[in-house]
Amino acid sequence: MIQLSINGTSHAVDVTPDVPLLWVLRDVIGLTGTKFGCGIAQCGACTVHIDGKPLRSCLLPVGAIGARAVTTIEAVGATPIGAKVQRAWLDLEVIQCGYCQSGQIMSATALLNAIPRPDDADIDAAMAGNICRCGTYVRIREAIKLAASEA
Amino acid sequence: MLETSDGVSRRGLLGMAGATALVVGFCVPLRWSAQAAPAGAFSPNAFVRIDAQGDVTLVMPQVEMGQGVYTSISMILAEELDADWRRVRVEHAPPDEAHYANPMLTIQATGNSNSIRAWWTPLRKAGAGARACLVEAAAASWGVSGTECRTQASEVIHDRTGRKLAYGALVGRAAHLTPPKDPPLKEPSAFRLIGRPLKRLDTPDKTNGAAKYGIDALPPGVKFATLAQSPVLGGRVAHVDDRRARTVPGVRQIVVLDDLVAVVGDHMWAAKRGLEALDVTWTDGPNGTVSTGQIWSQLRKASAGTGAIAKEVGDVDKIFGPHGETSRGVINATYEMPLLAHACMEPLNCTVHVTPTSAKAWIGSQVLERVHAAVAKAAGLPESQVTVQNHLIGGGFGRRLEPDMAFAAARIAKEVDGPVKVVWTREEDIRHDIYRPAYHDILWARLEGGRIVGWKHRVSGSAVMARFLPPFFQKGVDPDGVDSAQDVPYDLENYRVEFNREEPPGVNTGFWRGVGPNNNVFAIESFVDELAREANQDPIAFRRTHLHKTPRLQAALELVREKSGWGGPLPPRCGRGVAVQVSFASFIATVVECEVDDAGEVALRRATCAVDTGLVVNPNTVMAQLQGGLIFGLTAALYGEITVEKGRVQQSNFHDYRILRFDQAPPIDVHLIKSGEAPGGIGETGTTASIPALRNAIHAATGVALRRMPIDRNLLARGARS
Repeated sequence: MIQLSINGTSHAVDVTPDVPLLWVLRDVIGLTGTKFGCGIAQCGACTVHIDGKPLRSCLLPVGAIGARAVTTIEAVGATPIGAKVQRAWLDLEVIQCGYCQSGQIMSATALLNAIPRPDDADIDAAMAGNICRCGTYVRIREAIKLAASEA
Repeated sequence: MLETSDGVSRRGLLGMAGATALVVGFCVPLRWSAQAAPAGAFSPNAFVRIDAQGDVTLVMPQVEMGQGVYTSISMILAEELDADWRRVRVEHAPPDEAHYANPMLTIQATGNSNSIRAWWTPLRKAGAGARACLVEAAAASWGVSGTECRTQASEVIHDRTGRKLAYGALVGRAAHLTPPKDPPLKEPSAFRLIGRPLKRLDTPDKTNGAAKYGIDALPPGVKFATLAQSPVLGGRVAHVDDRRARTVPGVRQIVVLDDLVAVVGDHMWAAKRGLEALDVTWTDGPNGTVSTGQIWSQLRKASAGTGAIAKEVGDVDKIFGPHGETSRGVINATYEMPLLAHACMEPLNCTVHVTPTSAKAWIGSQVLERVHAAVAKAAGLPESQVTVQNHLIGGGFGRRLEPDMAFAAARIAKEVDGPVKVVWTREEDIRHDIYRPAYHDILWARLEGGRIVGWKHRVSGSAVMARFLPPFFQKGVDPDGVDSAQDVPYDLENYRVEFNREEPPGVNTGFWRGVGPNNNVFAIESFVDELAREANQDPIAFRRTHLHKTPRLQAALELVREKSGWGGPLPPRCGRGVAVQVSFASFIATVVECEVDDAGEVALRRATCAVDTGLVVNPNTVMAQLQGGLIFGLTAALYGEITVEKGRVQQSNFHDYRILRFDQAPPIDVHLIKSGEAPGGIGETGTTASIPALRNAIHAATGVALRRMPIDRNLLARGARS
């Protein structure tokens, strides 16, 4: 059994330590908001926060997490910055198919946690690892700036 | 705490309603199943259901894959119904061709950017017919004439007596009435919803993980599988050694079929590791030697011959001269578009539960009835014993117009006890796509006095329609293959458009965002740009003089000229390119501005688009589709190409099938032209627009006339061309 703290709740999961967190979240615990996109940390759809830092859960073995706190898209709205990012996403109607947006919101929230007033270069650096096939990048940039301006 | 697949979590919904109350003011759950109308509900047609509490449920005949159609369709229905927009709920339609067949496509399908065009009138009538019943019910209960009543926000109102009845209070009486066949429709000036940038109904749940895509289905007891299909199209499994795979923790079952293998496990990781450990020997079959070179040489060879005539106007042979297209003074150019993968962010997947007497599938599909048929066939059951639950779709782009992933999943599920979710790895998704066809276009023209006097366009490539909807393929001409070519927007008195069907060996081809117009607008707009240079004219001025028969496009061109800074100074190795198109019944002019560095790498500086798409249901959605569509096309222009070696697709994931990233996206301005014309299509138009506009911008920046996509950086490096 591996103990995990996910969204403030502790979970004991019966998997081998090599299983990436992504599949434990989705297939074992049933938290399907975190998405599978590529499996090789190229697209960012699976981004979660580990102690507030953005990480790609598709390559993160559950055995390596230890006592660190896992936050997923299902709970990011409970943080003030996460809620602000979600609201900005809706205010500017960022989302199209939405499949990548869990990861986009997690990356954007982590950015604003680290840099409350990011400039364009900060935003580029934080978001370049998240692919959106619908091409919502222009609105994501505006929404991050909107969320930051409301800080 | 597995969430069951039969209901969106209550907590998630309530949480969302609170979180978005300030912005949206209402909450719309996407229910998992189309439920039979509960007793006492008013359900006058397949699209509208009103219950005694006054909640209005709208059943969506088209699927939501990001294009915003659930909101637009709801706006159309709610407009004519005069429903209280805050109490509208939407529901996925079940497979049911009798009620939900797309009027333009004849099957239950979402594609060709035609949801609004196809459903505009039928849905207005459905909403208005339901409204008429509610008015009649209220009028009867008051003993007045229906003509004295009006409706607003789910109430029937009798102004003279100040009486009101909520729709919910009328459902019992209305349920006994038959809606009129041709109810009066509103004048556009009376629209309350249509034309406004209303917030989307599907997006709140997409910010908090609550939205359910096909890949999120978790029926009780579900197992997880991933598959490997023959790496060569048409190949077969020769031998499988599963000893190592069986030792992988969490692996439960190994399924071996003629042409694929699958590993079933407790979770996707077990299935994936199990599949990696499976030792499979394949028989390649006849496609084992296919290469990209062979695909292109066959296509080029086929294009040398005259094609089936799609359109003939005037006498182009006479204009070209005694030697036809080889006559002196006839200009020609050849353009090529590569095979492309769709790479939807949601990898292909389908969950299926097969029992001896039933099958159920969970999927997000653009062709629900075809999925229904595919699952029934694979399960060996009549369709009446098969149900399919549709979901939100994490990108379709044409890939989910095919039911192959459902057929494969159902064949696997037939071997498995209980439900199984079959998820394709990204590698499998890229390598077993149904690709955008490769195209080879030859264009010829004669110029006289700075005007095009003769034009010939020969399109060669797959005939996707011939496979997808055979009745539409007539006399050797694929209507998709020549879409936006046979109806070229320019003033041409003498022209011919030909189509050569040539199916590539070793790969399947299908629809891809932008479909036929993608290829044709690229070829035409590249060629017209080259003709403008030949005529020593500005590319916009040259186009303008040839657009008298298409004033809506001329107006879009003028607007984009003004908004894009056309003609203004630019730094060295920067350029602007223009492209115009009438595609999917929308009139669009686009300018892309780029910079090419010394190594030939292209940076996108800016994109500007002017669009007349007729009457707009939701302007915010139209803008979003153009922004996203432009980026989809720019991705293809910069990176998109699928290649084949020994029958095997060489690309596999986002490192070698690249997608434009956040830091590369240019600022994009979209300008909507107000129009009272019938609504046009919009979902694919940006993709079609940006590829030629970028190509022409690169020509302006470097002097290099690219003739094939994706861009070849070697040709663009400084000094590469003398």
